[in-house]
Amino acid sequence: MGFLDIDNTTKSYGAVEVLHNVDISVEEGEFLVLVGPSGCGKSTLLNMIAGLEDISSGEIRIKDQLMNGVHPSKRNIAMVFQSYALYPNMTVGQNITFGLEMHGVPKPEREKAMHEVANLLQIENFLDRKPGALSGGQRQRVAMGRALVRNPDVFLFDEPLSNLDAKLRVDMRTEIKKLHQKLGTTIVYVTHDQIEALTLSTRIAVMNGGYVQQLGTPQEIYDTPANIFVATFMGSPAMNVIPAKVDMQNGRPVACVETHDGTTSTLPFSQDNLSEWNGKDILLGIRPETITDEDAADRKSSNIAHLTNQVVVTEPAGSDTFVSMTLGGRDVIARMRSDAEVKPGADFTFAVNMEKAVAFDPATEMRIPA
Amino acid sequence: MSVATQDTAIRTGRVMRTLIYLVLLLFVLFYMLPLYVMLVNSVKPLEEITGGGMMNLPQVFTLEPWFKAWSSAQIGVEPTGLSPYFWNSIKMVVPAVIISTVLGALNGYVLTKWRFRGDTILFGLMLFACFIPFQIVLIPMARVLGELGLAGSTWGLSLVHIVYGIGFTTLYFRNYYAVFPTELIRAAQIDGAGFFQIFWRILLPSSGPIAVVSIIWQFTNIWNDFLFGASFAGANNQPMTVALNNLVQASHGVKEYNVHFAGAILAALPTLLVYIVAGRYFVRGLMAGSVKG
Repeated sequence: MGFLDIDNTTKSYGAVEVLHNVDISVEEGEFLVLVGPSGCGKSTLLNMIAGLEDISSGEIRIKDQLMNGVHPSKRNIAMVFQSYALYPNMTVGQNITFGLEMHGVPKPEREKAMHEVANLLQIENFLDRKPGALSGGQRQRVAMGRALVRNPDVFLFDEPLSNLDAKLRVDMRTEIKKLHQKLGTTIVYVTHDQIEALTLSTRIAVMNGGYVQQLGTPQEIYDTPANIFVATFMGSPAMNVIPAKVDMQNGRPVACVETHDGTTSTLPFSQDNLSEWNGKDILLGIRPETITDEDAADRKSSNIAHLTNQVVVTEPAGSDTFVSMTLGGRDVIARMRSDAEVKPGADFTFAVNMEKAVAFDPATEMRIPA
Repeated sequence: MSVATQDTAIRTGRVMRTLIYLVLLLFVLFYMLPLYVMLVNSVKPLEEITGGGMMNLPQVFTLEPWFKAWSSAQIGVEPTGLSPYFWNSIKMVVPAVIISTVLGALNGYVLTKWRFRGDTILFGLMLFACFIPFQIVLIPMARVLGELGLAGSTWGLSLVHIVYGIGFTTLYFRNYYAVFPTELIRAAQIDGAGFFQIFWRILLPSSGPIAVVSIIWQFTNIWNDFLFGASFAGANNQPMTVALNNLVQASHGVKEYNVHFAGAILAALPTLLVYIVAGRYFVRGLMAGSVKG
């Protein structure tokens, strides 16, 4: 029994079911991120936790209290919206204390709580201003202040950073993480940005098409994605998915992939049970950063394979150089050191960390578990 | 707005520009002419008008016609001037404007933020109210007022105008609130505000421009209405417009044109005043929501 339980919950609009049997249990102090492309149902799920949308079937419980049908204001939750949703006619201070006022908290206590929160978020200097006179980052802080002042059981964030410019977004991301570490509150956070999901969360629920595709720690999601959708959605650049055939060499399974000129290269697997797939087609998943030059290969890895292939394009990006090549008829990206000596059109010997490679069943697109 | 016009104005030659201004000036004169006639003749003694000098400036300046129109001119059978009828109009207009505007705002709030099955159809039906000619409702309305016991009363007249105005005010507020961010309502719900608290504390304080539009529109229409006033008012609570008609249409005695002109201006003054006070919000409110930002 968790702190926040989402139990076999579905959402339908008329005959259309948009969320299918979601089961998530969040422990106290956890930072759960719901991530997925637009229309995957993540915001709908958040609104159901908030009580802004009805629950079609199943149960949502906070601290073991059934929340189905309970009014949003009685769930002891607070929400930060994408547009900040600050009341334009009220000052920052009034915005922060409005919720307390509605809950009948006496004025001296409201003032005290407001100053504590303003102090924490460093917004004391503009408590008397209207939201219209604030910058995006300041509004963001006020919106968080309004949520914090209520001292709720669960914080809900609905894409809170997507209206900020790129640099501010990174700063605020760090601040949210700091705040979570400091206050230890339970947070459910919706985003479509996989980097936000990986950096902020203690656990991630990757959603697509109304289904939770995978629920796990950032490490689990990144290293052992449940299926091809999760594998390619999380991580940037996306994981390379290469058609390959399983063969046996010296009693161990290997992946045979076709290089640019039609010759076949073999990459030995670390995953033993893939010998059951001998002679069958699979999809090989390799993260770009596990394809490097020999010098940069992971020294701790027990399984570095070598692969010679023609370099198609190099894209220097400052800290890294992205190198693309053709494998199994698909474009494959390698993430190399910026000083790796790769030239477009020339052959290059790549070092592939096969310890990190994963294999997918091409029929179901599910990962073949080890 | 005014900054943008300089940049986007089409550049034309000097000759063309002079010509345009000349034509515009002619239009202005044409439109100002009735007002000129009214003003000039309201401050003349009657002999100057009957002598055939309607377009001339007054030779003898007098405010006598104004005083007479206000306090002693013959309206129907009583020599009361227009003043009691002016207060009749105020008593009818103020509640009608306020109530119809608040109801329109409430309707707009519900139709956009508390959606329910069939709300668009309901709004469509309410829009019909904007297209119903006054004459059609006269007899049914008389019946309803009779049933309610409000026939011939000022409240009855206000009620007619409220009912007739709700279609317009709902249209204004619905369109204004349609672009009002729903996330604000949701934030207020989570904060614990109820239906009316959200309306009074969040929505109404942000509705200034559209409220002005609604007030100006309702005020002008109700103040200037003649038909409902003539049909439903009792002898003691006829509005200004009906009294003005009685003044001008009087079939006995000398036609005091100077008094008529002064009376007509008096009848038009309140709407003019409302425009001057609130007019600059009018266009702003009408345009609200049509263009983002």
